[in-house]
Amino acid sequence: MSLKSFGRVEALYKKNPNSFVLITIFFITLALFSVSLPGKFFTASNFSSIAFQLPELGILTIAMAITMLSGGINLSIIATANFAGIIMATIMKNQIFVERLSGVNLVMLAIVIGLSTSALIGFINGIIVSYIGVSPMLATLGTMTLLNGISILTTKGYVISGLPDEMIVIGNSSILGIPIPFIIFIIIAFVINFWLRKTPSGLSNYLVGSNENAANYSGINTKKVLLKTYTISGLLSGIAAVIMISRFNSARAGYAESYLLVTVLASVFGGFNPNGGSGKILNLIFSLFILQMVASGLNLLGLSSHLAGALWGTILIVVMLLQNTRERKS
Amino acid sequence: MHEKILEMKNVNKKYGGVNALKNVDFSLKRGEIHCLVGENGSGKSTLIKIISGVVKPDPGAEIIINGEKVKHLNPRESVEKGIQVIYQDLSLFPNLTVAENVAISDYYRGNIKMVNQKEMYKKAIKAMKKIDISINPKKLVRELSVAQKQLVAISRVIATDAEILIMDEPTASLSKHEINELLNLIKSLQKQGLTVLFVSHKLDEIMSISQRVTILRDGNKIGTFDASELDDQKIAYYMTGKTFDQNEKRGTEKFGKKLLEIKDLCKKRNYMNINLELREGEILGIIGLIGSGRTELALSIFGMNSPDSGEIYVLGERVNLNSNYQAIRSGIAYVPEDRLNDGLFLAQPISTNIIASIMDRLVNKAKIFQEDKIKKVVNKWVHDIGIKTDDPENPVRTLSGGNQQKTVIAKWLATTPKVLILDNPTVGVDIAAKHGIYNIIKELASEKLGIILISDEVPEVYHNADRILIMKKGRIINEVFPDEITEAELQEMVIGGEINV
Amino acid sequence: MSSLFKRNEFYLGLIILCLVIFLSITTNSFLTIENLLELFTSYSFLGIMAAGMLVVLISGGLDLSFTATATISQYIMATTIIKYGGNLFIAFLIGAGIGIALGLLNGLLVHYIKVHPMIITIATLNLFKGLLMFFSKGKWIYNFPLWFSEPYDIMVFKNSEGYIYPISLPLFIFIVVLIVTGFLLKYTILGRKIYAMGGNKEAARRMGFNLFALTLFVYGYMGFLAGIGSVAHALMVQTVAPNALIGKELDVIAAVVLGGASLSGGSGTVIGTFLGIAMIAIVSNAVILLGIPSYWYMIFLGAIFITSVSITAYNYKLKMRKEAEIDVA
Repeated sequence: MSLKSFGRVEALYKKNPNSFVLITIFFITLALFSVSLPGKFFTASNFSSIAFQLPELGILTIAMAITMLSGGINLSIIATANFAGIIMATIMKNQIFVERLSGVNLVMLAIVIGLSTSALIGFINGIIVSYIGVSPMLATLGTMTLLNGISILTTKGYVISGLPDEMIVIGNSSILGIPIPFIIFIIIAFVINFWLRKTPSGLSNYLVGSNENAANYSGINTKKVLLKTYTISGLLSGIAAVIMISRFNSARAGYAESYLLVTVLASVFGGFNPNGGSGKILNLIFSLFILQMVASGLNLLGLSSHLAGALWGTILIVVMLLQNTRERKS
Repeated sequence: MHEKILEMKNVNKKYGGVNALKNVDFSLKRGEIHCLVGENGSGKSTLIKIISGVVKPDPGAEIIINGEKVKHLNPRESVEKGIQVIYQDLSLFPNLTVAENVAISDYYRGNIKMVNQKEMYKKAIKAMKKIDISINPKKLVRELSVAQKQLVAISRVIATDAEILIMDEPTASLSKHEINELLNLIKSLQKQGLTVLFVSHKLDEIMSISQRVTILRDGNKIGTFDASELDDQKIAYYMTGKTFDQNEKRGTEKFGKKLLEIKDLCKKRNYMNINLELREGEILGIIGLIGSGRTELALSIFGMNSPDSGEIYVLGERVNLNSNYQAIRSGIAYVPEDRLNDGLFLAQPISTNIIASIMDRLVNKAKIFQEDKIKKVVNKWVHDIGIKTDDPENPVRTLSGGNQQKTVIAKWLATTPKVLILDNPTVGVDIAAKHGIYNIIKELASEKLGIILISDEVPEVYHNADRILIMKKGRIINEVFPDEITEAELQEMVIGGEINV
Repeated sequence: MSSLFKRNEFYLGLIILCLVIFLSITTNSFLTIENLLELFTSYSFLGIMAAGMLVVLISGGLDLSFTATATISQYIMATTIIKYGGNLFIAFLIGAGIGIALGLLNGLLVHYIKVHPMIITIATLNLFKGLLMFFSKGKWIYNFPLWFSEPYDIMVFKNSEGYIYPISLPLFIFIVVLIVTGFLLKYTILGRKIYAMGGNKEAARRMGFNLFALTLFVYGYMGFLAGIGSVAHALMVQTVAPNALIGKELDVIAAVVLGGASLSGGSGTVIGTFLGIAMIAIVSNAVILLGIPSYWYMIFLGAIFITSVSITAYNYKLKMRKEAEIDVA
């Protein structure tokens, strides 16, 4: 590489180190797997399967990331999703409704009620965090336990399965070759990014996250900001639930519980600082793609999917170590 | 016994390309109170860090403690040689008891060893007795007042049999009365044989207790002087290399319309029966100590501390200020005392900082930002206030201290206020920046803003305000005009303060 | 005396006392030595973990990876003694050794990466868990040697009718861990330094405390307890399963926070932590004894936890407001 072009790369790096690192890792991962898995990794079917798998984790990660952006955390996203999923599945299977409503209307009704419930749960989290002043980690840990309890109580621990076809379509079919879950994910990513960057209420998250006191003195209603963010986080969990139950054709307490800490990992990897105030949705998408490619690549190599978890952890540690030495130097 | 308890010769320190200290010679005489003064960035904190062993000087420096040459000073060695530092934040452990905090240096060695509680309390009480204070040693430090915490920090030093005590800005968060007590205590420590190095930039404090003063500027030592040779003006000159006219008073101005009027404002346990008015172009000083209710009143005017009763009028119209959002909309701006911590979003772009308070004015009907409007506002303020940056999208963190200050001011002026409340605008600011701020205040007043200048420093309001209200225990006890009384008389009123309404 | 009423432990104790009285009246089986011994034995693993978590929280840190540490210790211990034989001492030695090693790794990373320990230990949790699942292939282990399946009772009570109530080894370890941790925190210089570090890290650095060593100790201790706790757990259930312990991280944190420790560091006591565990244990027992569907247990627990942290937060808010008040003449 000539010195000049190297200088240009360096400038690019300085302008936005986080995106730069992520995009680099993205292409390295892509190249490594494409070379080591000729004809298997860089294929339409593999990318299609990635596109089916990514949205669940992706939407949940956005639900996590926006609370981290505002300086908090939401440990109840999975519990919220499962609870909303159970409510939706219950409505779809409930005899009274089934008799009065046709398939599509029933599914619509179930989804509307499910999403409203998840938003309400987020709202309650927001009240506890902002108006009562409980630390977000503890508040959402509490609602998580409570919700899991309610979910188990209502289902008695059983799986609710056999959803209407109109529901199953959402998670398992494609439009123009693009899986519907992926379309939903991209729309959400776009909307959330727009909200965060182009509206006062979204931008306020960056301000509250980087200095809550200063946000207060600046005339920003910090409590309202947090309330909104946790409500949206709840709502996104509900949307993830729609995709989840549709893909599994069932709802149950305890689905996807192992995703909880993975969403934190993906958020941090995507540049959302746990102390708040930083992070971009675009970087988050790269982070999710890298994680998902690692999982699918290892799977294609015939290695246990569990090794992916180990590799995710390692990648995060290495990235943090590198960032650390970089900061020490400067 | 050497007369010079500490001697440093030829001290240099380079950070990257910056010379923090250049060929500085420095010495402390046994048993003196010595003041080290200089503006932010003059190198005084680097010098302290070298003495306490936290930072190593560049090769070639010579450090002699008690006549003994020291090669590599590290923190532990510095402590063992009897040097103790009390930092501005006091370095106390809020979750531990007073006794434990005082005796904690004993924890240095041995981990598995048990803590000897009896010995610890004995030691702590002995140290506190030495400086004649009585705080319940079993109390948690968290439960103490700031002044008490400072006494605990001093007791800790006494407990280590220190010979040199370095105090970094010890008076920053104390009231006048507490400062006086502290200064008396330092004098009594001196009588007990302690050498004290006092770092401060409040000039009157320096004058009142020290024997010698060393002045640093830009890493150079300007000189060490007998305190008796110096006065405020000389120190200011040596520190900054510029002269300032302290007595530059505003001429009698003609004030415009009534901007703000407050009638019988009351809030339980905050303030009582507050009446005041402010006109266009007027600078109204409110002077009062911590706990006088001045900040609480200011926050009420800014909508962040709802009053119990009373009325507030802006431009003759009654307003109900339940939030600072409403206050900002009514044309009131408030710059908090801790401007940088309570005003800036360090990780965010300069542009975002500037528009933080006016985001709702830069959107279209769908509440979406209008980029062109934002750009215009940001460029205007970056230009008008003179923030030095090549890109307003850079984080504020990357700016120098002075430019950060400017960004805060830009944020508030961008709200286009009619009334600007400044809460202790020069706390922790050095002399040159202080005068810069005074000039901005006067300039803003001449542009017909009404300004409320809150302060606990008499000279600050005396020289800058057109009219002064004195607050004490939640009430306005007096109203004076600076040209009708002397500075000393005002000082007397603030400290003595008999109520004569 | 007045300080007693300010303490979290006091109220927690009071609530537990009420629960105990209520359960003693409404059921015959609650207040029996047999029931209580069994109850606390079944909570001994959680209790041992809570003691470690308490130390981590006091130091201002957080560890979410200890369940993975515990499971790895369990697996290595179990496969080793099955393959090579050994005795109980060796089993604990292996568990402790693995636990300490993984704990020290956490400590090392926490010290060098200046990122919130929550994030770092989430990363190591994923790493540990992934490797565990990869190498164990998710298999359960049952076929312990006979000596491992014997009941190791430390002390035996007999009542007048000749019934025997044993204090099992896991319960005994739980009690010993509580006493040792309490002693360490309250009376040793090391423990006081950990409090100091959690209260004001910068000041601790200036005092010349070796923060690196302290951090290593704190996470190493957590790992150590995870190691021996996991062996105790294996003794109790006689199986090793990859997913038996993982997922319990937040339960342990909830117990310790319920017991008055703060996530921001510097506060918490062993007595409080014990009460936190006791509270959880008694609620779960109550649900069973009162014949309420067991699903209610989590709901009660969640509700109690939310109420508790809300009251603490709200009190703090009121206190701050009161401190800001002025004596208006």
